[in-house]
Amino acid sequence: MEQSAVMEGVVKILTPWVKNDEALKGVSMETNILDDLKVNSARLVDVVIAFEDEFDIEIDDEDVDTVNTVGDAVQLISSKLG
Amino acid sequence: MSARVVITGMGVVAPNGTGLTAFEESLRAGQSGIRHVEAMAEANFACTVAGVPQGVDALVDAEFEEDERLVMNGSHRYASLACLEAWRDAGLERPARDSETVDWDTGAIVGTGIGGMDTTAEKVIPLTNAGKVRRIGSTSVEQVMASGVSARVSGQFALGNQVTTNSSACSTGTEAIAMGVERIRRGAAVRMLCGGSEAATHYIWAGFDAMRVLNRRSNDAPEKASRPMSGSAGGFVPGAGAGILMIESEESALARGARIYAEVAGQGINCGGHRMGGSMTAPNPESVKRCIQAALADAGVEAHEVDAINGHLTATGADPREVGSWSAALGRGPGELPPITSTKSMIGHTLGAAGAIESVASVLMLAGGFVHPSINCEDVHPEIEPYADSIPHNLQEIDGMKVIVKAGFGFGDVNACLVFKRWDG
Repeated sequence: MEQSAVMEGVVKILTPWVKNDEALKGVSMETNILDDLKVNSARLVDVVIAFEDEFDIEIDDEDVDTVNTVGDAVQLISSKLG
Repeated sequence: MSARVVITGMGVVAPNGTGLTAFEESLRAGQSGIRHVEAMAEANFACTVAGVPQGVDALVDAEFEEDERLVMNGSHRYASLACLEAWRDAGLERPARDSETVDWDTGAIVGTGIGGMDTTAEKVIPLTNAGKVRRIGSTSVEQVMASGVSARVSGQFALGNQVTTNSSACSTGTEAIAMGVERIRRGAAVRMLCGGSEAATHYIWAGFDAMRVLNRRSNDAPEKASRPMSGSAGGFVPGAGAGILMIESEESALARGARIYAEVAGQGINCGGHRMGGSMTAPNPESVKRCIQAALADAGVEAHEVDAINGHLTATGADPREVGSWSAALGRGPGELPPITSTKSMIGHTLGAAGAIESVASVLMLAGGFVHPSINCEDVHPEIEPYADSIPHNLQEIDGMKVIVKAGFGFGDVNACLVFKRWDG
């Protein structure tokens, strides 16, 4: 899967939880999910479940801890997709 | 600080009408909201009808953003809609979600009888048993915690006063309003969103079906299934929804020029102690009488001044005893008892929401000068027959109606009673 397609899927899943619409408009690989998009940290577990369902992958709890930016999520998902 | 507490807004999600306008139209018309529920039939319930509010999804989609919708279960959705209607009906502006302003003077007591059973049954138990705990996600705790329903509302309206959930079975909604009145009277709050909410899920209703307290004889005629005070009453019909009253100090209401529906003039709360005929599932008649009399005394209203009664009246074998308790409490026998009606005849028994939805109905009746019909009791129960003239089979217009009394009784032998009085300034 193209990285741009993964990015699109990640942003789609994050969108309902985003509290900063301006940051979402300028979203990039460097955008921080908690600090920039202001996603409630408690909802990250729902985001990860949605990633698993959308891309048909499994994400370990340890992997979740490495995700801070949109780019981190895209790279993690891409690595699982092989 | 004024000791008087008035109603300045209301909201309702009921099986026969979502929103005040639709609800009042149905009440006046005697329109039932009871329908066939396929999930009950598929699960081999003896009773396969229930009162389920209609059109809720579209309203929730229109009023709440996606992140809010994703975290709400059934009772949260009903409560949120009812609170929003009550808030606007009270003439208040919905707070912006990104505002940092907290309303320290306004709180909420939003009760539930059963709580987030839909979340427990549909998500927590199956995923846990399947060894997939992490897939439960982040939202189950806030949905199954007893206070989840009031916690949800507090964020929507930036409430900064007491926010809590009471639970006293089928007297929950009535009790919530009574508790809010106490808080405003002693000056601890200016406004309180008070009421109750209960989800529509057969998982809540299963236990009642197993107890054989639901009507199993009217599955082929849903609108005839809820039959309070009738000889053919075969048990109650379960229901769901939410009712909310915005209660406010009279001083605040007057200062901001709010429209006042009525005064909550008095309240009573007690328990029968599972003695003198009372038990976990049956009310102690003496405690019922005392609760009603305490509410009247609190209101400073004489028994002969009561113009109408909106009873608990569920369509079980307890109805005749309840009518007797009203008669004893008011000291008004056959021929003297005021009109006594049952909102449950149209909406079923909405459990923790019942007292709240029925309080909304009571205030609409008081403000509109009418008593809604108590449907499906053409064949009045033989033990209630002496009071038959007090049962409105059709809409009754009552000029100059001043006082309506609403009571709710619940498992645990608990009682709550409210006296609503016309506000004349």
